Amino acid sequence: MAEQVLSRPGRRDPGRARGGSGGRPAAGPDGGPNGRFLRTLRRHLAAHGFLIGAVLCFAMFSWYPMIREIIMSFQQTHRDKITRQPKTTWAGLQNYTRIIHDPTFAQAWKNTVEFSLLALLIGFAVPFVTAIILNELRHARGYLRILVYLPVMLPPASALLLFQYFYDPNYGLFDHLLRMLHLPTSQFVQSSSSALVSVTVASTWMNMGGTTLIYLAALQNIPGELYEAAELDGAGILGRIRHVTIPQTRLILSMMLMLQIVGTMQLFIEPFILTNGGAGPNNSTVSVVNLIYQYAFNLSGSSNYNSASALGVLLMLVLGVFSAGYLWLSRDRD
Amino acid sequence: MSTRTLVSTSALNRRRGRIVYRFTATTVIVGFTLIFLGPLYFLFTDGLKSTHESVQVPPTLYPHAIHPGTYADAWTVGGVGRLLFNTLYYAFGALAFQLVFDVAAAYALSKLRPVFGNAIFGLMLSTLMIPATVLVVPQYITVSDLPIVHMNLVGTPEAIWLPAVANGFSIFLLKRFFDSIPDDLLAAAAIDGAGRMRTLWSVVLPMSRPILGVVSIFAVTAVWKDYLWPLLVEAGYSPTRETLNVGITQAAATSPQNVVIAAAAIAAIPPLIFFLIFQRNIMSGLTTGSLKG
Repeated sequence: MAEQVLSRPGRRDPGRARGGSGGRPAAGPDGGPNGRFLRTLRRHLAAHGFLIGAVLCFAMFSWYPMIREIIMSFQQTHRDKITRQPKTTWAGLQNYTRIIHDPTFAQAWKNTVEFSLLALLIGFAVPFVTAIILNELRHARGYLRILVYLPVMLPPASALLLFQYFYDPNYGLFDHLLRMLHLPTSQFVQSSSSALVSVTVASTWMNMGGTTLIYLAALQNIPGELYEAAELDGAGILGRIRHVTIPQTRLILSMMLMLQIVGTMQLFIEPFILTNGGAGPNNSTVSVVNLIYQYAFNLSGSSNYNSASALGVLLMLVLGVFSAGYLWLSRDRD
Repeated sequence: MSTRTLVSTSALNRRRGRIVYRFTATTVIVGFTLIFLGPLYFLFTDGLKSTHESVQVPPTLYPHAIHPGTYADAWTVGGVGRLLFNTLYYAFGALAFQLVFDVAAAYALSKLRPVFGNAIFGLMLSTLMIPATVLVVPQYITVSDLPIVHMNLVGTPEAIWLPAVANGFSIFLLKRFFDSIPDDLLAAAAIDGAGRMRTLWSVVLPMSRPILGVVSIFAVTAVWKDYLWPLLVEAGYSPTRETLNVGITQAAATSPQNVVIAAAAIAAIPPLIFFLIFQRNIMSGLTTGSLKG
């Protein structure tokens, strides 16, 4: 997730990055207009030589798939009855109407949104409070910072296989602890009522370290005089949090909110591993990306790239809005 | 701590403040250790249990009889050694491709300023709005039949290496750093007779070590943590070409519980060591993009 944290792309120096030769230091005496033209041409060609590798990769693996997904979502592929060759035709909105009428479609969006909200409730508030407390501690700060970040470094499969083991209703550790504390036990990922929450808890444990450290850095940037002044004005600790901490970190909080929505709505691996394939009991943990995967790579042979693309386009639109919101928020920083 | 935070130092030095502080600090330190280190304790010790003990009811809190052989089983039978090699190969290959292509591109965009450079940069940044997960289907189809050249990359390491180059965030970080290197310096190198390549190699790169470190860490961890993409493009070959994430998950379905956890533990060791060595760089890299503008 941290990879998407950025501020204000490409605005730093609008005049300078423009193409053309204006920005370059004068090249000394040249051989007339013709020589200058050749030199400029050579310079541009060389520059594009440096660019070509990355541009080709972006074109093949990013720009083209983006367009292709949209095109494919309006197409249909079937095998020709006689030649058995795959044939692609335009299908209008058929793919969209088909997936919207799939009962799993609504369930997947509901799960994804519910997961996002739960993850925000836990994954947004908990790291913020954690960061505030960590920032006040005078001891063991380095140790605690490393501690919260350790799970982020684990390969997700390691963490999730471990949680799957903990969640086992027979020999799992969590039910054992609940029994020891005389609390009601739970079926965790094996019951439709608790599966999504269990997924969220595992996911938060794995991912909250990054967010916490970003908040911590933001808290450290708050000028101490503000707290001083608030205290002189008679603000208690909660008052200081409300009138100093939150306003001072509001921008980073809202940026992280957008990022977390974008991140959590791409939920895939947690249900995929914890519930062996991502559906969960009564489809209670199937997410939108899980459903895309099911549509596209269903092993039972009914795989349909076009339905998957249509669902992909819908998710792309939703995430695009939040990403744009994030970029908009980050525009006046820097 | 010299800077003033939420609670003032004088408040902490009062008797009541000291008691509250001590209580909070102890709770936080103990609680965090349990929450974040506790699962890791089980990750490494549960693999030492026998198969029987690992599914015993109630679960044991420490291995009553130690079976280091489980780790050996996971390594050989489960093929974790092979998976580890694959993952490292993909991760460092992706890093190499990203460093070569993205550094060259960012250098060109920042210092050579070709025609359409701004438009290309904008298009590269626009990919940040569309997370890769959303594009898996068309990406998979593209990789299985590259346009124009009609090559099938599925099952080759390039299927992981080349898409890794299309990373708008790396380009952004690198270009922003290169922008901060004064043009005069490059002009001086040019006067001394250095070509563009030489300038990049001997002037720009040595100055860019911090940002190269950040980009490298992101590149390696991205491959290490990825799941869906390697599941699509590297699964189902013999001998296996899977990554650790995919491989141990698939082996989990058919292996005894203690071997599964041992495999998960082995997979966790390299990134944890990597983190403990580079933790300063990793944690400062995390905030590089978000706060320091």
